[in-house]
Amino acid sequence: MSKSLTFRAYLLSMLIFGMVLLGWYLATLPQQTAVTTQADAEYAALMGGGAVKKSGMPTPAEVGHTLREKLADPFYDHGPNDKGIGIQLGYSLARVLAGFSLAALVAIPLGFLVGMSPIMHRALDPYIQLLKPISPLAWMPLALYTIKDSSASAIFVIFICSLWPMLINTAYGVAAVKHDWLNVAKTLEVSPLRKAFLVVLPAAAPTILTGMRISMGIAWLVIVAAEMLVGGTGIGYFVWNEWNNLSLTNVIFAVLMIGVVGMMLDMIFGWLSRLVAYND
Amino acid sequence: MSAFDDPFDPKVKLASQGCSCGRHSSQAEHQLDEDARIGRVVETTVMRALFPHDETRRNFIRAVGASTAFAAISTLFPMSAAKALAADRAPLEKPDLKIGFVPITCATPIIMAGPMGFYSREGLNVSLLKTAGWAIVRDKVMNKEYDASHMLSPMPLAISLGLGSQAQPVDVAAIENINGQAITMHVKHKDKLDPKQWKGLKFGIPFDYSIHNFLLRYFLAEHGIDPDKDVELRIMAPPDMVANLRAGNIDGFLGPEPFNQRAVYEEVGYIHTLSRDIWDGHPCCAFGVSEGFAKNYPNTFAALFRAIASATEYAHKPENRNDIIKAIAPANYLNQPIPVLEQVMTGHFADGLGKVRNVPDRVDFDPFPWQSMAVWMLTQLKRWGYLKGEINYKQIAEEVFLATDARKRLKEMGLPAPASNYSKHTIMGKEFDPAKPEQYLKSFKISRA
Repeated sequence: MSKSLTFRAYLLSMLIFGMVLLGWYLATLPQQTAVTTQADAEYAALMGGGAVKKSGMPTPAEVGHTLREKLADPFYDHGPNDKGIGIQLGYSLARVLAGFSLAALVAIPLGFLVGMSPIMHRALDPYIQLLKPISPLAWMPLALYTIKDSSASAIFVIFICSLWPMLINTAYGVAAVKHDWLNVAKTLEVSPLRKAFLVVLPAAAPTILTGMRISMGIAWLVIVAAEMLVGGTGIGYFVWNEWNNLSLTNVIFAVLMIGVVGMMLDMIFGWLSRLVAYND
Repeated sequence: MSAFDDPFDPKVKLASQGCSCGRHSSQAEHQLDEDARIGRVVETTVMRALFPHDETRRNFIRAVGASTAFAAISTLFPMSAAKALAADRAPLEKPDLKIGFVPITCATPIIMAGPMGFYSREGLNVSLLKTAGWAIVRDKVMNKEYDASHMLSPMPLAISLGLGSQAQPVDVAAIENINGQAITMHVKHKDKLDPKQWKGLKFGIPFDYSIHNFLLRYFLAEHGIDPDKDVELRIMAPPDMVANLRAGNIDGFLGPEPFNQRAVYEEVGYIHTLSRDIWDGHPCCAFGVSEGFAKNYPNTFAALFRAIASATEYAHKPENRNDIIKAIAPANYLNQPIPVLEQVMTGHFADGLGKVRNVPDRVDFDPFPWQSMAVWMLTQLKRWGYLKGEINYKQIAEEVFLATDARKRLKEMGLPAPASNYSKHTIMGKEFDPAKPEQYLKSFKISRA
């Protein structure tokens, strides 16, 4: 039964994919352009002479061609402004990981503190509530002005956007550890450090990982926009550069790549959270 | 350009002839030409020193013949030693440089100097870094992430005066390009050829502190349209201008090439007025450096100026334009289709209204940073209310636009340089006298000053 359900779902997925491709194909069928009134051949030649132009909505075949072409050589390096998609994604991932790790280093200990101590919770809560809803990119001008380095500013923006979900989830997870377990720890006179590592951390781990998963999702969303702003390297820069060229084919290709990498990052965190999950 | 090709590309011919600049059939011939160029500069200097007046020099040469004259002078003056001295340049303090550019044809000399070897000929190792927009250029120059950068020519004035940023001195070493912009209108406004019909329309401009903003405002005001009240001016990046034009969000724009031609090529716009028809020879983009750069690294700055000035001189010549297009079109630089760049750079283009036009000086290149142009920009900054209060036009212009310095270096290179830093300019038939900026400012009917 469940096998046939999986099979049917798979079939339905394929069907949706086929429909989307068909709709796309039909929508981008070359239009029969009326023969230009100017019989002037020179003018027509300057206007491209009916050559396929790179902007305008590309057909599925064109995107497929770009996909094959770019993925065949993902690590080429033709100077500082023209690198393969693999290198660009590498730059973006490195920035995300740097900002994310810094955020984890700050958010998880701070979350522990906020979760364990009610007074810290009350004291810090207004700040968290105030800072949490600020769009990470709103920090960009301030970061550029104070840090005076565009690459470090991008990492800072990732840091600031990854911070809040991790902090809030850690605090929540730590605060929600069952009182029975804490009481047992108290009865056994476990030292506070041991209690934190052996009782609270394992109990809060699934919630903490959920926070990290949310943070990673946001960080991957934000890096594209941040790199479009500062330029230089990364997948966001790649999108901007192709937009500058008004080449939608390459933009669609980049969007697909962003989706694939984002999905893989999410799968890694999904797998990690299964590792630390437990049942009473 | 063979020295810069990828040797791992199977299509590249290893035995292909050519020199590092691409103009000669071999590197040896390139060096000969280079030596001859330096030699001519030395000869010119000596002749000028010996004969300050043309009359005496001509008489002397006519009397004894050119070769005898050369031999005679060589006995008096150690010409070959001087040539060797001139060729042996001062060591560079900082050979590795980061230079920013925004991918538009205005940056042509800055960009082509990379692939065509103008930087490497001066011993400079330059990374050309494509930058996402003018505000980022400003920030990266102010943060010293870039040693030098492509800028809009009013930007160094604005940054030095603290408009739209903290005040920080920035110098204009050279002007990058002259002309090369246009007013492009949506094809649906084909019937509105008269600008008086443009009330209520929306226009795109690339930056507040841009010649584009000043020229569009000037053009509209001359046609009786108040740019602050009768139309809407929106700041947007040039590719956004084409996309917004297509979407109908804006009705036109005054932007840099190749986006005017690109709008025509995409069949969404037509070229209404070339900027050369508003002000023939107007400056557009500039080559800017932070104030400290020229002082801290004088030899590097001199080498950089030579590279940029000779690239500008090379780009000025129409016969070189096709080679330049091939050098700047790839994804690493402009990332634009060649047919569009060809129409921009050769001035043989489709205007979007069904006509083929021939305007060879549609884009041109002239490095001299006229201080009178800086004064004009200051009058416009004041006219539109960006700059308030009394200002000393001359002092600001002379601090920011390094015209005297540029003249000295251009002369050393044997390139043409004007005798004065100030000139009168004619903009839409009206003369601008840099000696009387306040009087000029008061002559406008539409003004915020």
